[in-house]
Amino acid sequence: MKDQGDGRHQQADEFLTLFRRGAEFTKELLEENERLRSQLLSVEDRQNFAARDENEWEKLRQELIVRIQGLESEKEDVLLRLEAVEEENRHFAGRYLEVEEENNNLANLYVSSYQLHSTLDLGEVLKIIIEIVINLIGAEVFTVYVLDERTGQLEAVAAEGVPLERFPRMPLGTGVVGSAVETGETSCEDPSGEADDLTRPIVCIPLRVEERPIGAIAIFSLLAQKDGFSPLDHELFTLLAGHAATAIFAAQLYGQSERKLNTIQGFIDLLTK
Amino acid sequence: MDRDKHRILIVEDSPTMRQLLVFALKRLKGAEIVEAADGMDGLRKVTSDDYDLALVDINMPVMDGLKLISLIRAEDALREMPIVVITTEGAKEDRERALALGANEYLTKPIQANRVLSLAKSLLKI
Repeated sequence: MKDQGDGRHQQADEFLTLFRRGAEFTKELLEENERLRSQLLSVEDRQNFAARDENEWEKLRQELIVRIQGLESEKEDVLLRLEAVEEENRHFAGRYLEVEEENNNLANLYVSSYQLHSTLDLGEVLKIIIEIVINLIGAEVFTVYVLDERTGQLEAVAAEGVPLERFPRMPLGTGVVGSAVETGETSCEDPSGEADDLTRPIVCIPLRVEERPIGAIAIFSLLAQKDGFSPLDHELFTLLAGHAATAIFAAQLYGQSERKLNTIQGFIDLLTK
Repeated sequence: MDRDKHRILIVEDSPTMRQLLVFALKRLKGAEIVEAADGMDGLRKVTSDDYDLALVDINMPVMDGLKLISLIRAEDALREMPIVVITTEGAKEDRERALALGANEYLTKPIQANRVLSLAKSLLKI
């Protein structure tokens, strides 16, 4: 019985607490309602009063003008900030394009350099140089010269677009190719001409290892869809000047050492038989 | 086939170009790239597995790219697979011939890696 009584007391307490909360909330609502009503009345009073009193009307008008000016200035400020954000966006978009282009260029340079040093076979190295010049530079007629150190002549060892035998030997130090190889300076002309004169390339990239001349890449014409040289092409010329030279030089040395090894092996085999 | 993966076949005889294309396409999320060194190798691969896109060179040993495209389009199962030609041949008639045989796009070398990437995204609808 006592337990039942306690339970009822607890329920009653809970109900009373809930009722008190409801009453407080209703009171708050009534107060808020009263506050808004009085605010509305005050605005209406002020409007009515202003309609009758010229001074009050002027005061109200001035207040509104000040408020409008404030809003106008705020709007100007927002527009300026919007313009600054748009400018920043344009800047980022431009930078993004630059980074994308740089990324593409680096990929081209990385792949070229990777491929050039992927073999020690001279034939393969020449094939890779040809691939780079066709696919990445977009040349149509070109040749790769290698210096014959005994004769001092540059000899065409690989070509594209024109049969290899049509490219004349070039003495080191004379003509566009010979001079470029001797001085180590890449020559680059307007690419619009025809590839008629096989002694005057539009681009001649000297191949040198340190100060030692190795050969040259001479480009005579570009693919029809290629109308000029881009900054990437010039970077590729520089890369080829160094890396193609090193790759050819390493392949030549490797070929010589292989031949020497075979000769020595032949002697050893002869002596031990 | 797993729709989050995009299988792309590169049929190109130049290892330099293949490496450059792989470099560009590796930036596609879920790209699985397979390489073929000539048209015949490409045909073998494209008929023995599913691909979402093929990049095909024209001048290749064993079988050229145009022959490969015509053989691909002759297969019912491969009629819808997008094909992009990447070639040094820039003449209008070469382009028209490749497109008439069923290529979807025709790019001339030297290529821009980001152009290939955006084209692949559009053809793969990603």
